[in-house]
Amino acid sequence: MKTLSVRVNSVALMLLVAGLTTGCATSGEAKDPMEGFNRAVFSFNDGLDKVVLKPVAKGYDAVLPNPVRTGVTNFFGNVADVFVGVNNLLQGKLTAGASDLGRVAVNSTIGLLGVLDVASNMGLEKHDEDFGQTFGRWGVGSGAYVVVPVFGPRTVRDTVGLVLDVAADPVANLDHVPTRNTLAAVRLVNDRANLLPADKVIEEAALDKYSYVRDAYLQRRRSLIYDGNAPREAESQ
Amino acid sequence: MKSVLVFISSILIAASVMANDIAPDALIKSVSGEVLEIVRADKDIQSGNAKKAADLVERKIAPNFDFLHMTRLALGRDWRQASAEQQKALANEFQTLLVRTYSRALTEYKNQTIDVKPLVLKAGETDVKVRSEIKQPGAKSIQLDYYLQKNNASWKIYDIEVAGISLVTNYRESFASEVRNSGIDGLLKSLQTKNKSGDTIAIKK
Repeated sequence: MKTLSVRVNSVALMLLVAGLTTGCATSGEAKDPMEGFNRAVFSFNDGLDKVVLKPVAKGYDAVLPNPVRTGVTNFFGNVADVFVGVNNLLQGKLTAGASDLGRVAVNSTIGLLGVLDVASNMGLEKHDEDFGQTFGRWGVGSGAYVVVPVFGPRTVRDTVGLVLDVAADPVANLDHVPTRNTLAAVRLVNDRANLLPADKVIEEAALDKYSYVRDAYLQRRRSLIYDGNAPREAESQ
Repeated sequence: MKSVLVFISSILIAASVMANDIAPDALIKSVSGEVLEIVRADKDIQSGNAKKAADLVERKIAPNFDFLHMTRLALGRDWRQASAEQQKALANEFQTLLVRTYSRALTEYKNQTIDVKPLVLKAGETDVKVRSEIKQPGAKSIQLDYYLQKNNASWKIYDIEVAGISLVTNYRESFASEVRNSGIDGLLKSLQTKNKSGDTIAIKK
């Protein structure tokens, strides 16, 4: 629990630093007033990814057969479904929330601790929710775009959401430290490995990787808050 | 008997109208079905042959897109600053970039299937969104939406949204900042440079 509070504090400190640098921004972009700071953190994260996380994820991808990968993804998906359900309930989507908790009940038992996603086959669809989306649903504006060290793209609202996501994370709350660390590491590598195909597409598509990732993130979050039914953004012509 | 004849002839008329004028959801379904069938059978594309994938995209997919419309949307209000030649050149380069991106995505293909949702087309409608879903074994399906507009008799795609991320909108900010910093020609130049750098990567592969 102690490391958790340390982590939460460091995120708060980072936010403070981010807030202080707002004054010396250099961008004409309304939603990205801290572009200078963000670009620096972005290239730091990118470097860290290239040197540490991506090579590990590539090895993991090469070694593990697909069914095992799917099992790992399902296992952590089941862990995440608890708070996906809570967030759906907080957003007033009672049916979706009940379905998420039903998924956890089914997958944790018949699905062998979540390794098999039996619930999806039963028609209980997997959802994607977090505290940042809940705030968005409640009408909290997204605030400025922030690239959080290690965690990557967020907005101010989603950074606050992230602090709650981490505080509520069942894995981070495990008391047995070696188990907690192992699970957190496997989850990180597995998540990264799942994103490997997207890497090449982004490299191919982007004129400027920083702004491409930023705009994709902002569009994606907007779409998630509308549960995939966002109205088309106005064209500034 | 007469009503049966009227009924049959109305079906025949409806069928002939459909043959001339393929519905947007049917168009997406036939094109994506055909392309995936080719990719599924082609080990070269699956193992990353970007050149071969690009040929396929140029041949089967690109003719269904309206690249001029896409470029106009991506440029927003800067579009009117560009001369007719500049507009054409920009659309050309943007087409190359999008075809490349699409081809790269195809080389990442692994057993996915596409489920195109039926569209109820209202009379006189000329601008529609066709929804589809990429289904992949053991993972959450990905939402894939196509925006189409009818020009003359045929439907053309002018945007794609992958998981809520519009391909065209995603270029808007970077295009605008290029134009702000170095004008329309600056944007054209950086698109050309980007497309050329893609060539060397493709050759190295």
